[in-house]
Amino acid sequence: MLKQIEGSRAVAETVALCRPEVVCAYPISPQTHIVEAVGELVKSGALAPCEYINVESEFAAMSVAIGASAAGARAYTATASQGLLFMVEAIYNASGLGLPIVMTVANRAIGAPINIWNDHSDALSQRDSGWIQLFAETNQEAADLHIQAFRLAEALCLPVMVCMDGFILTHAYERVDLPTQQQVDAFLPRYEPRQVLDPLDPVTIGAMVGPEAFTEVRYLAHYRQEQALEMIPEIATNFTAAFGRDSGGLVRPYRLEDAETVVLALGSVLGTIKDVIDEMRDAGVKIGVLGIVSYRPFPAEAIRAAMSHAKRWVVVEKALAVGMGGVVSTDVRMALDPALHQVGTAAIAGLGGRAITKDSLRRLFDTVVDGTAEPLHFLDLNLPVVKHELERMGSLRRSGPIAENLLKHLGAVAARIA
Amino acid sequence: MGYTPVKFYQTGTHTIGNRLLPADARTVQSDDDRANALSCGHRACQGCGEALGARYAVDAAMRAVGGDLVAANATGCLEVFSTPYPETSWQIPWIHSLFGNAPAIATGLAAAMKAKGKATRVIAQGGDGGTTDIGFGCLSGMFERNDDVLYICYDNEAYMNTGVQRSSATPPAARTATTPALGAAPGNVFGQGKDVPRIALAHEIPYVATATVANLRDLEAKVTHAMSLHGARYIHVLVPCPLGWGTASHDTIKIARLAVETGLFPVFEGGNGDVTGVLKIRAKRPVEEYLKPQKRFAHLFKDATGAATIARLQAIADRNIARYGLIDPAAEV
Repeated sequence: MLKQIEGSRAVAETVALCRPEVVCAYPISPQTHIVEAVGELVKSGALAPCEYINVESEFAAMSVAIGASAAGARAYTATASQGLLFMVEAIYNASGLGLPIVMTVANRAIGAPINIWNDHSDALSQRDSGWIQLFAETNQEAADLHIQAFRLAEALCLPVMVCMDGFILTHAYERVDLPTQQQVDAFLPRYEPRQVLDPLDPVTIGAMVGPEAFTEVRYLAHYRQEQALEMIPEIATNFTAAFGRDSGGLVRPYRLEDAETVVLALGSVLGTIKDVIDEMRDAGVKIGVLGIVSYRPFPAEAIRAAMSHAKRWVVVEKALAVGMGGVVSTDVRMALDPALHQVGTAAIAGLGGRAITKDSLRRLFDTVVDGTAEPLHFLDLNLPVVKHELERMGSLRRSGPIAENLLKHLGAVAARIA
Repeated sequence: MGYTPVKFYQTGTHTIGNRLLPADARTVQSDDDRANALSCGHRACQGCGEALGARYAVDAAMRAVGGDLVAANATGCLEVFSTPYPETSWQIPWIHSLFGNAPAIATGLAAAMKAKGKATRVIAQGGDGGTTDIGFGCLSGMFERNDDVLYICYDNEAYMNTGVQRSSATPPAARTATTPALGAAPGNVFGQGKDVPRIALAHEIPYVATATVANLRDLEAKVTHAMSLHGARYIHVLVPCPLGWGTASHDTIKIARLAVETGLFPVFEGGNGDVTGVLKIRAKRPVEEYLKPQKRFAHLFKDATGAATIARLQAIADRNIARYGLIDPAAEV
């Protein structure tokens, strides 16, 4: 059914259609509307049977989900940013134990300085946690990916994060086609756990493992992520057959045929990028886009195949590996055929919610196309402000807190769009 | 506490007369059909109070619920010594997740059972570090939501698994690896630490109790009673650690009994905010009798300077005796 609906609400209603039996809620912007809406559906009786638990922290949220999943229940929670970091120990534990929890991550920057706006630092910090990570481009895809996520998670016994850009998607009212309960029930089978705490068949879960088997346990986690590389496109194909629209998959090419320059990105920024690519294509530039839906497992083969004709590439990435540069671009570089000598750029963009505009992207892509782009580029970096602070730090030992100094220098500009 | 007092004991134990009781009044451990939930072959040290306490507590819980029980376990000695992969000593469905989240894991287990319409009951267990320190947030959250979980803390008063470091349950003056017996105030600091049973009581949960391995009938009875209730329940069991306390393996029960009889560890039960029952002691013993056999307090007896510290510990015991009204000349203990 078509609805004009907030992204968070669309996700909540879709999650409810997946019949989670235990949902843990802890508020953090910009995720909060999702668990609020799920809570409403539980309280009204629309989602039943379901235990909705207001926990005391994100660490508890993930831990309650672990317990519920180990007892054979379909478990769901949602978080963002600091909340994701606060539950990290339990995140690794959920994947290590092989529990198919599904979690929405409403992507948001990580402090300090505290910042509630969107980037991908939170989810990307968990790239090695053993969770599958799927990134939604639109609210429709965010909703659809949750249905696929439960199926994928339970088939492989691996937890899945569905990542959607905070505010940009979570708080945007858009047209979303919500499926019916019958459609979801037909697509998503009942959860049959591989391991469950059952007094009729007692098992020990979470035993101490030494060097004799630890590598093998980790290898099997990797193996199952590789299985996900096969399963994600299959599930997307089945989804299209069942629901009549494309969502998910490993990567999504756009105007990639004959493209000599390829732009890669994750999430909602792909929409803006596609607009810029359309304009450049109209101007005769051979440029295309490769959206990455599945960041973990990383679809290296699919990326290599899709970029076999590319001479240059740029990853527009909403995260920074401090002291190194790009996060996603490092994986892209590893995926490409070294014999092709394709020239790459990591463009760090949109940190802490800075708007990524068409004009800025066009300027960036022009430099990539003409071969003048630096390997590491900070989109719209305000260099005068940086230089001013560096001079200040050079001349004063007690130069004070950096973030506050920058704000003072900038004046009251609030959320300025370049 | 619904159990028949056993008066037939010899040499200060309560166990010998069990055989003289009618079958239905005997201990869980004397039952041939006991669960043996924590079976033999585990790697606990000789004389481990925690292994003893856990065995009695979990078997009692198993009997109370007809075996329909699952358990969550915090990281710690109990977890490590019971599950060296690929072996396990647990004869019940058992999960270990992390150090600080056993109460939340148990909440999830209970929620899943409820959502699935199952009657399966849930316990969680951990040491003092996992309970009073790193797991305290999750514990308090589980309490305040009144989740249907019995949490059992086996308190050996320090982080024994990592090599005897101080926890918030370590008593004042005790030597640990991080409160060495050095300097002007050797051992752990006075005026620190927290009383988690009383904090649990302040959550107004249905049942809170303390117990020790010196009175295993009392422990069994409290676990049995706790499992007859629903909601958040907490039992805090003092379990001496020969390794960490520097006591003889064969003295575990004796030391636990002295903790009670000196007043240093008050044994009580209650619920909904109030203390409703206290295990009385016939006559208080001086704290020296409890402290002296323990190497963690040896620095108090090296010279005369320890006397003032011992007096401060005696004051703590006296305060407990007054607070809980522990003395009763007609008491069984």
